Order: sequence, then C-alpha cells, then structure tokens
Amino acid sequence: MDRYRGNAKAIRDLVKGYAVHRDTYVDKEIFDLEMESLFPNTWVYVGHASQLKNTGDFITSKIGHQPLLISRHRDGEIYVLHNRCPHKGVKIASEACGNTGKFFRCPYHAWSFKTDGSILAIPLKKGYEGTGFDTDAASEGLARVRNVKIYRDFIFARLADNGLSFEDYFGESLSTIDNMIDRSPEGKLEIIAAPIRYMHQCNWKMLVDNQTDTCHPMVAHESSAGTAVSVWEREKHKFTETPMAVQLYAPFMSPYEFYEGAGIRVWPNGHGHTGVSGSIHQDYDDVSEYMTRMEAAYGPERARAILGDVRHNTIYFPNIMVKGPVQILRNFIPLAVDKTLVESFVFRLVGAPDKLYERSLMYNRFINAPTSIVGHDDLEMYERAQEGLRSDGNEWIDLHRLYEADEPRDANEVVNGTSERQMRNQFYAWSKFMTLNMDQSVEAAE
Amino acid sequence: MKPDRIVDFIYDEVAALDEMRWEDWLALFHEEGRYWMPLEWKQQDPIMQPSLMYEDRLLLTVRVERLAGERTFSQKPKSRCHHLLERPRVLSLGEDDGVCKARTSFIYTETRGDQLERYSGWVSHHLVDVDGALKIKLKRIDLINFDAPFGNLQLFI
Ligand code: FES
Ligand SMILES: [Fe+2]
Repeated sequence: MDRYRGNAKAIRDLVKGYAVHRDTYVDKEIFDLEMESLFPNTWVYVGHASQLKNTGDFITSKIGHQPLLISRHRDGEIYVLHNRCPHKGVKIASEACGNTGKFFRCPYHAWSFKTDGSILAIPLKKGYEGTGFDTDAASEGLARVRNVKIYRDFIFARLADNGLSFEDYFGESLSTIDNMIDRSPEGKLEIIAAPIRYMHQCNWKMLVDNQTDTCHPMVAHESSAGTAVSVWEREKHKFTETPMAVQLYAPFMSPYEFYEGAGIRVWPNGHGHTGVSGSIHQDYDDVSEYMTRMEAAYGPERARAILGDVRHNTIYFPNIMVKGPVQILRNFIPLAVDKTLVESFVFRLVGAPDKLYERSLMYNRFINAPTSIVGHDDLEMYERAQEGLRSDGNEWIDLHRLYEADEPRDANEVVNGTSERQMRNQFYAWSKFMTLNMDQSVEAAE
Repeated sequence: MKPDRIVDFIYDEVAALDEMRWEDWLALFHEEGRYWMPLEWKQQDPIMQPSLMYEDRLLLTVRVERLAGERTFSQKPKSRCHHLLERPRVLSLGEDDGVCKARTSFIYTETRGDQLERYSGWVSHHLVDVDGALKIKLKRIDLINFDAPFGNLQLFI
C-alpha cells in the first residue's frame, strides 16, 4: 500500500524539526521516493574533471538509482549522459573509469555512439528506414542530462528538468570547495587514484548525519582515537617527534567544549559545516616549502587566509561531504533503504609538496577505510541504529539538541558547535526536495 | 637458512592470530616492521598510492589494545578469525641481503556476530634474523578483490 507516494503532507509530517520519524531511515517506499524525487530534484556531485583528462576518457556515476556515463568529447567538453543504450537499455560502460577511444560501442548489438552521446552507426541501418525510427528519441543516441554545472572542475547534475538553479541551490556553501581548490598553489586539484570503498548496512542519511555529529567522537571513538592517545602517551619517550599518525588521531578525543566553541554553520537547502572558528584539522605540522609556494602564488596575506580556514566537514546536500583542509570528498551512495556504499576520494593539490598528499592518503585510510579502526566504531553505531529503529517503543529520532522553536528553515547562520541544527537543516531540505515535484503534479492536476 | 624455518615461521605466525595471542603476534614484528594491505594491483608505493593499511608497530599496538578495550563496541561480541594457508613458496633465503622472502596463498575468514566474511589473496613475508629469531620486516596482503567495498575488517589477515 502506498502511504507516501503523491502524499506530500504525509512526507512533511515525518519532519518535525526537533524529531524525525523513523520511516525516513527504514521505510522502503520512502527510499524509493528518495530515488524518484529527492535525488533528481537536487544537484548531485557526479565526478571531477581531472578524472577526464583526455579525449575519450569516461567515468561512470549515479544519481539515485540512475546510471550515468560522463565523457570527454573531442570538442574538449564534458558530457553527462544516461548510461543506457537507446536500443534495449544495456549499460554502455560498466567500469568505474576508462578510455573508450573515439566512440562507445554497445556490447549487445554494436550500436555505436560518439563521446557526446550522439549515434555514430547502427548495423543493418537499412532495416530502420521508413520505420519512424528517425523521429524517435532513440535516434538521438545516449540521452543527455541537460542540467549540468561544472564548478571549478567539480561536476554536478540535476536530473529534473525544473528546479533551483545551481547558484541558488548551493549559494555561499561553495566557499568550502573554493577553499579546498585555493589550497593548491596552482588553484588546481586532481584525483589520481581510486577511492577507498566501504559498505554499510544502513541508510545513507545516517552517514550524512554523522558528518556534523560533534557529540560522538569522544564517545564512539574512545576505543580507537582514545586508545591511540593512551598508547602514544606510554610510548612517546621513544620518539623525537610526534608522528603524523598521532597528529591525525588525537584531535578526535577533543572535549565537548572544543566542539562547542568551533561552531556549526548552516546554509539554505541543507548544506552546512562544522568547524567554523577552528577544527580538529588545525594543529597538523606545517609542511616545509608549502607556505613559500602559497605565498608566491597568492601573496602572504591571502595565503594565510586560505590556510587559516580549517573548516571541518562540509555537507553538500544530499550526499557528499567535503573536507577542505585534508582534501577528501566522501560520496554516500544509496543502494537500498538499509545499504550504503561510501567512496572516499583524495585530491592531490597540484603544485603542493608531496607530504600533503601523503597526509591526506593516510587520513583516508585511518578514518574512511573498511580496515580503519575509526570507521569500525562508526559503522557499528550506524548498523545498530538501523536495527534499533525497528523497535516500536519509539517511532521518532530525537534532534532536540539546541533546538529553537522558531528556527528558520533556510538560513545562513552560525550556531553552537554541538547543535543538531545541521541535521535538522538537512531534514528541512529533505522535506522540501522530496515533495517539490509532488506539489507541482498536484497543482497541475487541480 | 633452511626453507623449512621460513615455512614454519609463517604457520606459527597465523597460529598466533587464529588463537588470538595478539601480544605474541606483535612480538614477531621487527622494530621497523610494517603491515601493508595495498589498494592497487601490484602496487609499488605504500605511501604515495592509497592503501587499505600501512602500519608500523605503534599503530599495530593501538589496534591490539583496542581489541581488548571495554568500550570497543564493534567487538561486542568479539570477532574470531581463521587462516587457511597453501604451503608457502620460499622465494629467497636472503643470501644477498639477509631478507628472506615467501609468498603464500590464503583464504581468511573473520566473524562479526553471526556473520562470516571471507577474503582471499596472497600474503608476502619479508623476514630477517635478529639474534637467532626471525622477525617480520614486511607483511604484505594482496587481496584478490582489494577494490571491492567491504564491511568492517577488524582483525589481522
Ligand atoms: S542494446 Fe545496445 S545495441 Fe542493442
Ligand atoms: Fe565518527
């Protein structure tokens, strides 16, 4: 029985601000509607231009359940295509990335396509003459996603024809991406290796919520970061300097007061970040040569401003997190209501010393890998929550922390760093983009 | 150096893991020893290319102590593991550089609650003799599906 399809009110009633109904995490129909409405209505990150350096390079990606194929055409442009043969629907590319040469060739019946998606050739072409094929959408080749924005090499797409413009959707939140790019003396980032992949048997939003959950590290990660600190205290007399590894782990044990003071910023449409005036990334060792190169590129004042912005985790709603000071992007890819694939990419800062890339790779394997002890702590919490939410003892997830009854839904504000405001902010956006086209179709019907 | 000494060492090493004698296992590592799980096929560089693990004794000690921690919730209930090894192929007796090398095919199983997870691949050992005892300079684990997304892998292959 459909409880939520076409019923915008029922969906909105799941979000009370100070609480959200468990169906947002456990209900199969809600998940299907997220795939059909929420993801198509939002601007979703689908890849980075550095993954498409040469003509014929391609990557595959997804928005919700819909498979995409993104390619570099010979005109130098990047095209975001539906990864679906217009003939019988076969996925054209199955690998995460590659180079297809001059054209894509469907493996089933050899229809071939230029790298901008248009049809190159069809075997036995004569058989289509006079059939009406040439006026069918199939004759246009691989369908193009029309709403694409490549923002400083970050490729975003919106599947829905209508909706917020890219600029209106992201607004000032793009400052985190800007800062991450500006950390390269050449203003350029590149992905040069595969991401770390990690499977979670939980809803994708649990991972998104966790990125700005500043009340969990000192508790859930006592086992990992806490043990790292205690082992280090015992062993440090054997060392002459603090290893990079210890510098990465130890700040996770910062006390509540630290996170409170660091602040959280919320932006309209569900974006926001932790670490406004400081963060767990602020005290890493300086890397020699780096400041010199940054000052040469930007001048001393601007270089200091760029590196002084150490914001922690930025959520780009719905499903990526960007960590500017560590150059990591995590993609929370929903597979099922209780299954989420996380792909964590590291960017290399072009023109910066290797040590920075080394540190980012280390951070990624310490925190975001299936072999990461910090990851082990988090996954355990998500998966226990997914099971716990089956309880009928309470149907609601509590988000009261520093809630204010009149808090505005789409605002640019800085609040106490232990607030659950950003989680509420995400759900306000969730409610809005879940029901966006539902209202339109209801209005159209009226 | 006899090849059998290397083969016996490798069997004894995984026995320490299977029996969860973590401290004994740690003691098999050289002071400068590393445990490496690459994230690429035939990966060359553990530092400037992404790896799943690349850890020294300090970090391995953190892992071992974490497993025993009262607040290590991901180990309630505790995981267990099982190594099934093919006979190690001894590749070098270290005549030139003192580093004995062996490569061993394995199937590794780890529990998490009622679930069993299985991993397959090859483990490479670089061993050196320190005062009459073999020590691990490098233990490298190449999984056949290093690029697949796993859930929690918490013990040691
Ligand atoms: S399905 Fe692609 S050519 Fe037939
Ligand atoms: Fe965490």
